[in-house]
Amino acid sequence: MLQNRADLQNLRALLKSRLDQQKKKILICAGTACVASGSLAIYDEFLRLIREKGINCSVDLQHETEGEHIGIKKSGCHGFCEMGPLVRIEPQGYLYVKVKPSDCLEILETSILKDEYVERLVYHKDGEIFCRQESIPFYKMQKRVVLENCGHLDSSSISEYIALDGYTALEQALFEMSPEEVLNEVEISNLRGRGGGGFPAARKWLQVRRQKAEKKYVVCNGDEGDPGAFMDRSVMESDPHRMLEGMMLAAYACGADEGYIYVRAEYPLAVKRLSIAIEQAHELGLLGKNILGTDFNFDIHISRGAGAFVCGEGSALTASIEGKRGMPRVKPPRTVESGLNGRPTVLNNVETFANVPGIIVNGGQWFRSIGPENSPGTKAFALTGNIKNTGLIEVPMGTTLREIIYDIGGGMRGDSEFKAVQIGGPSGGCLTKEHLDLPLDFDSLKKVGAMVGSGGLVVMDENTCMVEVARFFMSFTQNESCGKCVPCREGTKRMLEILERIVAGNGEPGDIELLEELSETISATALCGLGKSAASPVMSTLKYFRDEYKAHILEKRCPTKSCQKLRKIYIDKALCKGCSKCARGCPVGAITGKVKESFVIDEAKCIKCGACVEACAFKAVKED
Amino acid sequence: MSPSCDFAKLDEILENHKYDPGNIIAILQDTQEVYHYLPKEIFDYYSEKLGMSRARIFSIATFYENFSLEPKGKYVIKICNGTACHVRKSMPILEQLRKDLNLSEQKKTTDDLLFTVETVSCLGACGLAPALTVNDEVFGMMTPEKATELVNQLKGENADAAE
Repeated sequence: MLQNRADLQNLRALLKSRLDQQKKKILICAGTACVASGSLAIYDEFLRLIREKGINCSVDLQHETEGEHIGIKKSGCHGFCEMGPLVRIEPQGYLYVKVKPSDCLEILETSILKDEYVERLVYHKDGEIFCRQESIPFYKMQKRVVLENCGHLDSSSISEYIALDGYTALEQALFEMSPEEVLNEVEISNLRGRGGGGFPAARKWLQVRRQKAEKKYVVCNGDEGDPGAFMDRSVMESDPHRMLEGMMLAAYACGADEGYIYVRAEYPLAVKRLSIAIEQAHELGLLGKNILGTDFNFDIHISRGAGAFVCGEGSALTASIEGKRGMPRVKPPRTVESGLNGRPTVLNNVETFANVPGIIVNGGQWFRSIGPENSPGTKAFALTGNIKNTGLIEVPMGTTLREIIYDIGGGMRGDSEFKAVQIGGPSGGCLTKEHLDLPLDFDSLKKVGAMVGSGGLVVMDENTCMVEVARFFMSFTQNESCGKCVPCREGTKRMLEILERIVAGNGEPGDIELLEELSETISATALCGLGKSAASPVMSTLKYFRDEYKAHILEKRCPTKSCQKLRKIYIDKALCKGCSKCARGCPVGAITGKVKESFVIDEAKCIKCGACVEACAFKAVKED
Repeated sequence: MSPSCDFAKLDEILENHKYDPGNIIAILQDTQEVYHYLPKEIFDYYSEKLGMSRARIFSIATFYENFSLEPKGKYVIKICNGTACHVRKSMPILEQLRKDLNLSEQKKTTDDLLFTVETVSCLGACGLAPALTVNDEVFGMMTPEKATELVNQLKGENADAAE
């Protein structure tokens, strides 16, 4: 139990010295993606080999270890999920990709017992070898502030976080700064909410601070529901203490004494790591009553979601924590005045809180020096879809799409052509070739009808049908609509019906206009932010890919040939040998003909399943 | 699944949450962890013990996607249909599994209560798209063939365990 500032400083010095004794470190990525690829077996294998060889090693900083030794730890997410399981060797910075348990011995002998690297296991690109993590193009272009520790420390160890100067910001705030000064520093930084809206964090905090209520709350929104986004999951899993520290600083600045983290049910690992982190902070007295001997009290609880996208909306989220149906309510009063249990509440997202400790330690001006004037700082993005390097990245705000896709993302998968990127999930919009040089920040994106959203970037290539993408998002939103307000409940349903008709080849003239009218009505009249933005994917695809809609509706043709019901399959008489294989494989008996003569497909019966295309050995069954 | 609930177990769950109606979501989550679904009997029981109406509890159980009022299989397979998985063709995997297990959009659980197949919006494992989970364990870079293989493997494990 830490009683005062000196206790924390002494502990930090002790832990630093223990960390310094670890002359080499093996960091095995234990993020969700690498665990799924088998990284825990690799950890076990390293541990087994180390014991077998009698190498002096330590798995944590809890115990005194004599002399120099190596450290082995399960780290948080490195972000390069595509290449997992990842193993990093420090201090050299070697990064091994797609490691298998059978590779562990070679790594140990080459990089730990010697100072060399295993060439076949490091990252290769275009014949070039990148043995160090920092030199890989995927990492080189990034600027990691929030994700600084991700992949570099043991995420279930408060000791490591403290040894790497964690909880310094809390210490500074409690002993050198007044709550106003903390708030002021955040205001100088112009930190804007990373959850999507981009509302200045300091303004929210100040409004809560001004409220006279005795009880105030700090709530962290970890309900990262946008499909294709996993930045917050990685922060919660990989560096949970940074986020807790951010929440503590917010509580100190606003005069709150209780906090909640709302985590979506699909993130069991994040819940586990956060629970461990909170427990550790309690044990050390960094949470609880009279923190570090001051009169600051603060406690944090975890609230697990139960599968409702709408709970990412502020008032629905607080309702869900209270044990109610997570449905938004009419505002005002806003959450800052009447949030959780009717009390003033600071509600920010994971990444926003994770930015705060850095701002306090380095100053608001430092934060402001990164990125553009009106959207300072960095932003984490989840880069996914038809791109070579998928994973978690962090870049200064204002980085262009081209830099992200081609320099960091390594270009399109299979060298297909870039078509569009969906940003901001089901509330966002798409960006096309003409936006490749657009700086990604809150204001520039708003101008072109998209939004940063939580930061999911789903890259789509020329083979992706944009009408189908719009249908996909609409079916998501329709399914997740809470049903409270009519425009969202009924409007999304109608829009989905129209879109389903269009991709099935039953579109009618006037559908586009009807979609536009519905979009406008829903955005103008829906109750909450999710409803208001429900039509965004349709509006933005209509804006940039209107021709694709027209082709579906008027010509009954899918330009990318991905809408199954619009496929046109025919048999090329010149190539058909009359073997009857296609006819035998047709599930609906749509193909007829005489053996050794050419066969034909009956369009009326055909269900466009494509079985005949695959069955034909002579490539005689073709698609338009 | 036994028709009558183990009320001692339910009491334990209520105890852990201090009989606080505000914790109803967590209470239902813990209950579902035990039974893999929410048996009918719990609504009356919790209503009495927590002093809240059955309708309130039922309204919560039906609002949140994770709660099920029907028994689920021993292995719950969730195929991710988030954006990243969708563009990397997750739907053929769902179709394959439905075909293998004789399931459909309406019929999600096999008669022997071994498998439940459903979709999920996003697992956040987009780097490994297309992904699916079996009782919270993530499997990435799936294909319809690998999914069939996985189901057969689970069937084998189950048969081994029964022996």
